[in-house]
Amino acid sequence: MAQKMTGAKMVVQALADQGVDTVFGYPGGAVLPIYDEIFQQNGIRHVLARHEQGAVHAAEGYARSSGKPGVCLVTSGPGATNAVTGLTDALMDSIPIVVLTGQVPTFMIGSDAFQEADTVGITRPCTKHNWLVKETSKLSGTIHEAFHVATTGRPGPVLVDIPKDVQFATDYYTPPAKANLGHYQPQVKGDLETITELVEAIEKAERPIFYTGGGVINSGPAATQLLRELVEATGFPITSTLMGLGCYPASGDKWLGMLGMHGLYEANMSMHGCDLMINIGARFDDRITGVLDAFSPGSRKAHIDIDPSSINKVIRVDMPIVGDVGHVLEDLLKVWKARGRKTNSGAVQKWWGQINEWRAVDCLKFEQKGKVIKPQYALSRLEALTKKHDRYICTEVGQHQMWAAQYLNFEDPNRWMTSGGLGTMGYGFPASIGVQMAHPDALVINVAGEASWLMNMQEMGTAMQYRLPVKQFILNNERLGMVRQWQELLHGERYSESWSESLPDFVKLAEAFGAKGILCSDPDTLDDAIMEMITHDGPVIFDCLVTKHENCFPMIPSGKAHNQMLMGEADTQGAIDAKGSVLV
Amino acid sequence: MSPLKIKKGANSHSAYNLRPNFSDVQETHTLAVIVDNEAGVLARVIGLFAGRGYNIESLTVAEIDHSGKLSRITVVTTGTPQAIEQIKAQLGRIVPVHRVNDLTVDGPSVERELALFKVEGTGEKRVEALRLADIFRANVVDSTLESFVFELTGPTDKIDAFADLMRPLGLAELARTGVAALSRGA
Ligand SMILES: Cc1ncc(C[n+]2csc(CCOP(=O)(O)OP(=O)(O)O)c2C)c(N)n1
Ligand SMILES: [Mg+2]
Repeated sequence: MAQKMTGAKMVVQALADQGVDTVFGYPGGAVLPIYDEIFQQNGIRHVLARHEQGAVHAAEGYARSSGKPGVCLVTSGPGATNAVTGLTDALMDSIPIVVLTGQVPTFMIGSDAFQEADTVGITRPCTKHNWLVKETSKLSGTIHEAFHVATTGRPGPVLVDIPKDVQFATDYYTPPAKANLGHYQPQVKGDLETITELVEAIEKAERPIFYTGGGVINSGPAATQLLRELVEATGFPITSTLMGLGCYPASGDKWLGMLGMHGLYEANMSMHGCDLMINIGARFDDRITGVLDAFSPGSRKAHIDIDPSSINKVIRVDMPIVGDVGHVLEDLLKVWKARGRKTNSGAVQKWWGQINEWRAVDCLKFEQKGKVIKPQYALSRLEALTKKHDRYICTEVGQHQMWAAQYLNFEDPNRWMTSGGLGTMGYGFPASIGVQMAHPDALVINVAGEASWLMNMQEMGTAMQYRLPVKQFILNNERLGMVRQWQELLHGERYSESWSESLPDFVKLAEAFGAKGILCSDPDTLDDAIMEMITHDGPVIFDCLVTKHENCFPMIPSGKAHNQMLMGEADTQGAIDAKGSVLV
Repeated sequence: MSPLKIKKGANSHSAYNLRPNFSDVQETHTLAVIVDNEAGVLARVIGLFAGRGYNIESLTVAEIDHSGKLSRITVVTTGTPQAIEQIKAQLGRIVPVHRVNDLTVDGPSVERELALFKVEGTGEKRVEALRLADIFRANVVDSTLESFVFELTGPTDKIDAFADLMRPLGLAELARTGVAALSRGA
């Protein structure tokens, strides 16, 4: 029997029917009826962020660490505009989130009413899809469709804008099973003919490499399992983008580490020298490819991606396979096994010989000398002291982010939350809150830079209110480090506005919120301090004072190729030419 | 969306062929985009072209199936084969887009545009305008002692040619609908 209820109640009912247990949000005039319904139920927890941007990043952290869509509820006007950065971030990194916004009543739309904004207009380019619901009868069906679109195909953020009169009016509720999900049904199975062509290439390849990305993780646990099986069975080397870390275990002997602008020497050199590149769920992003003309010149390329627009967008590929990674890998393994599990093992053995020479360069080596903590050392110790935990790592954006990607090891998917495509400073702290909500007992650490962390530091209130023991591990170089590095390399060491002046006393700041603060500036006491952080049952701000002018290497400078990496300070003189310096 | 069946060695660039033969030549393509006729759908399509820096040379849109709430957007665009492929793939990603047909490569097609020309003048020029309109089979839909309004239907180049001829004869105003196009045959 269809039930009649108010639009506001429909929202809560639809979320419950979608299996939502947590909503991140912030109230306001245009969503009061929905907040009233939230007040009168216990099934869904509402987490009050301290800023709508924080709510959206928290929903992203929740989604990435759990594989379920994250949900946000914010008011009209400023609530919606504050959500824009988070939506764009989720769009760039293909994170499924559903954002519900309040809107002025339908009869006031277009009148410049108080807190009116053209939310669907503003968010059209930064959502996968969005809806303005003008009739209560369509509200529940639209919310179900929104979940469908967010989680199907290439995942992404969606937004449903709900005018206040639609929340008050009463109509019939549509349960998920009865909802019209529209015609949106992306293809998941890959073309068998091309898959077979790829199998033939795998059988013959002399210098193969798997180049994997966030698509593997988005595809789900089956995809990571199949990828591991494929790598073990073929014995081919594997690298991954920033977004893909954890899709293959870092402890595996086929693992070459991350590739790209700050990727490992062996990963980038293998990409450059391979004769068969198998791109699985990555998108040839400009942080990965370096200069396009010189990108992996001698290879045949296969590309498995669920989004047809990713294929041939930047790099022309020989074997395009549109489909879900899990489905395609399943078929690929089936065909490869049926044809006798062949590889050109002699040649691949030789290839490994070459790769091992590159590995021997040990591009991440560093020396902890003197009394100042090196950021690389801080992260190595963090790695050593936390690797036994099932730990979740978030990051902000900057040098610390790249060092975290280099020096922390990920064994499993969904353990690494970082803003890749958009590079959003201020992402990590709220994301860590979302992760901790999804995994209440896990060790959740946000590796932060002091400048990024300040961008959403108001979320300390959220962490305290919900007793979320998130650890804020701040690598404090008192610099906008990544900006400073570029100024050093490209702008004659003119450090224009890249100093973190007037920083707060982070320990006192923690204490002001009622949290624990730890200051560490001495390499000799670092281990004890990290242990103190891990064992403390509550939120911690860890102010780790590190070398101020450390640069992040290896680095492929803008406009250069994978085999033109800068390995250390000695390589940096005149490394970037005028053409490279216009690139970001 | 339809499954992408890719023939080995295929080198034409239809919407579902991912192995295009890329070149740097600029090509003009007519795309028919079938969309849900819902609020904002045209803004999504236009926003895609603006946001990603693609060209729109002509754009027409109208509902074609009232009960099914479908509209047809016909867009003429120019770009390298790779850009055209991207445009089609990006259009295909828009949730209310049902399908994208590239009429330029999917086989022969007919393209028509309707245009209205206001031509002002007297004496010799007026007679010449009327004579040319007759040759082009343009209809006179309005006339005063000093002006005509001609109606002309045809492919874009025919409209262009007629406009070029009318300009020295007193072309005062021109209104064009943009291209509507269909593939030929069943
Ligand atoms: C919102 C936003 N504004 C500006 C930037 C440009 N940016 C990239 S890294 C960076 C410096 C980050 O400094 P910090 O958080 O201290 O990290 P560090 O590089 O020092 O480790 C800046 C300003 C950005 N990525 N995001
Ligand atoms: Mg810093």
